[in-house]
Amino acid sequence: MSIHIPPDLLAKIHDHARESHPDEGAGFLFGADGDPRSVSAVYGLPNAREDGARHDRFLITPRDYLKGELEAERLGLEIVGVFHSHPDSPNQPSEYDREWAQPYFSYVITSVYAARDVDSRSWRLAEDRSKFFEENIVLGREDL
Amino acid sequence: MTTIRIPTPLRGYTGGQSEIPVTGETVAQALADLTARYPAIKPHLLQDDGELRPFVNLFKGEENVNDLQGLETSLTETDKLLLIPSIAGG
Repeated sequence: MSIHIPPDLLAKIHDHARESHPDEGAGFLFGADGDPRSVSAVYGLPNAREDGARHDRFLITPRDYLKGELEAERLGLEIVGVFHSHPDSPNQPSEYDREWAQPYFSYVITSVYAARDVDSRSWRLAEDRSKFFEENIVLGREDL
Repeated sequence: MTTIRIPTPLRGYTGGQSEIPVTGETVAQALADLTARYPAIKPHLLQDDGELRPFVNLFKGEENVNDLQGLETSLTETDKLLLIPSIAGG
């Protein structure tokens, strides 16, 4: 199980994490499913959580979700996942991440320390919702 | 017939279909019809106690049914119900 994210798009995800710091940043991964799943666009969205909660929580509202899904369809793509950042904490899913996770989606989590140092890992929810499985992030096309 | 729009992450449970025709005079009945026909979708919509998971939103056209009569919101054959997740984490 792996996900192909071109380096320039991973850089956009990392920039979004840095710019959002000390809050969590989030958005959608647009692309196509397959082996590997491929990402061909990223779609950053506002963190809709209230002031004071955005440093350790993110929310994409249903209206923003629908807007994203329709935009992906307009591009001939689909939402294949969600990216979000963990400011000054590890890039592993939290229990809250699991409770709110959707099946099927890839969850790319980026740790961002001091608005500078970033690192990403990707996860998918188990079918019984009990845990996440890590998937490999494949960067260069030469790796396919 | 009322239709329900299925969001991308749940389409694997509806044979890839994005719109499902359902029967029912209320949102609750429409959901019951959906989950009876596609039972694998149920754990991703409902908690063990039968309540909707907190990230599940249902819109009747442009309006969130929570701003109407909730699950008892009435439906007509021409209504389009949208199942839309809130995406959250921490």
